[in-house]
Amino acid sequence: MKLQKGTSLALYSVLEFAANPGRQLSAAEIAEKYGASTHHLAKVLRELGRAGLVESARGVGGGYRFSGNAKRLTLMDVIELFEDISTRTGESDEFDASSEVGRALGAVMAEVDEIAKATFRSITVDTMLKLIQRQRRAATEAQAAS
Amino acid sequence: MSRPQAQGAGGPELRVRPVEAADLGQVIAIDAEVTGLEKTDYWYELFHRYGGGRTRQRLFLVAESGDLIQGFIIGEVRDWEFGSAPCGWVFGLSVRAGARMAGTGARMLEAICDGFRHAGVNKVRTLLARDNSLVLSFFRSQGMMAAPFIPLEKDLD
Repeated sequence: MKLQKGTSLALYSVLEFAANPGRQLSAAEIAEKYGASTHHLAKVLRELGRAGLVESARGVGGGYRFSGNAKRLTLMDVIELFEDISTRTGESDEFDASSEVGRALGAVMAEVDEIAKATFRSITVDTMLKLIQRQRRAATEAQAAS
Repeated sequence: MSRPQAQGAGGPELRVRPVEAADLGQVIAIDAEVTGLEKTDYWYELFHRYGGGRTRQRLFLVAESGDLIQGFIIGEVRDWEFGSAPCGWVFGLSVRAGARMAGTGARMLEAICDGFRHAGVNKVRTLLARDNSLVLSFFRSQGMMAAPFIPLEKDLD
C-alpha cells in the first residue's frame, strides 16, 4: 500500500502540530522540514482545517495549531480525509482479475492491504507521539553508548 | 499485586489483585457486556485453570474499585512455540464500559507484565482480531508493536 503525497504531508503536519500543541507553526516551516512546496502544504492544511484538526491562528506570523483530540484521532482518520483506502483491495488495483494467477496474486495483496488498514486504524496520534519519543530516547542512548 | 492508587478525584482507590471465586459474577457480566455472550461455564473453567495464583506461569487478575470489579486481564507464559523463546501472552482483557479511559487497562497490563517478569520472561505478546480497534488501540498506546509472526487459519471441511 502506497499513500499519496498529500496524505503523507497531512500525517507529517498533524504529528508536528500535535507534538507542539501550544505552538503556532507556519506552512512554510513544515514544508521546508519535509521538502514539500508551501503551496501543496497550504492545500493540505486547509483540508485539515475543514476537518477541525488544525485551526489557523491570527496575528503576527499567523500559522496553525492542533485542535484535534490526539488520544482519539487515528492515522486512518487522517488518511481518509485525503484518499479512500478502506475499499482498496489488491484484487482491483494491481493484478488482472480475469486470470487465475492475477486473482491469486490479488488475494495475497488484499491480505497485505487488510493488515495495513488495521494498523492505521489502531494507532492514534498520541500513540505515534509516544513512539517518536521512544525512538528519540533510544537514539540518544545509542549515541551516548558509542 | 499492585499498590492501591486513586482512580480519579474523590473516587475509590483502584487495586489490581488475583481473581477470587466471588469475583466471577462480575467478570462474567463485564465480558457479556462486551461480547454479548454470557459464558458462565467457560469462566468457571478458566478460573479453575488460571485463578487463585496457582502457578507463576498463569495469571488471572482483576481491577477492583470499592466493591466493584472494573475489569480483568488473563495471561500465561508460553514456552517454545515453534521455537520461540518463552514469553508472556495476554489472551483476555476487558474493562467495564463506564470505567474506560481512566487508566484501568494500563494498570492491569502493568500488573500482569510484573507477573511475567517475576516468572522470568522479558517479552509480552497478544493476538487480536484486526477489526477490534478498541483493544488494538489500547495495546498500541501501551507501546506494543507488530510481532514477527503471522496468524494463519483455514476452514476445516
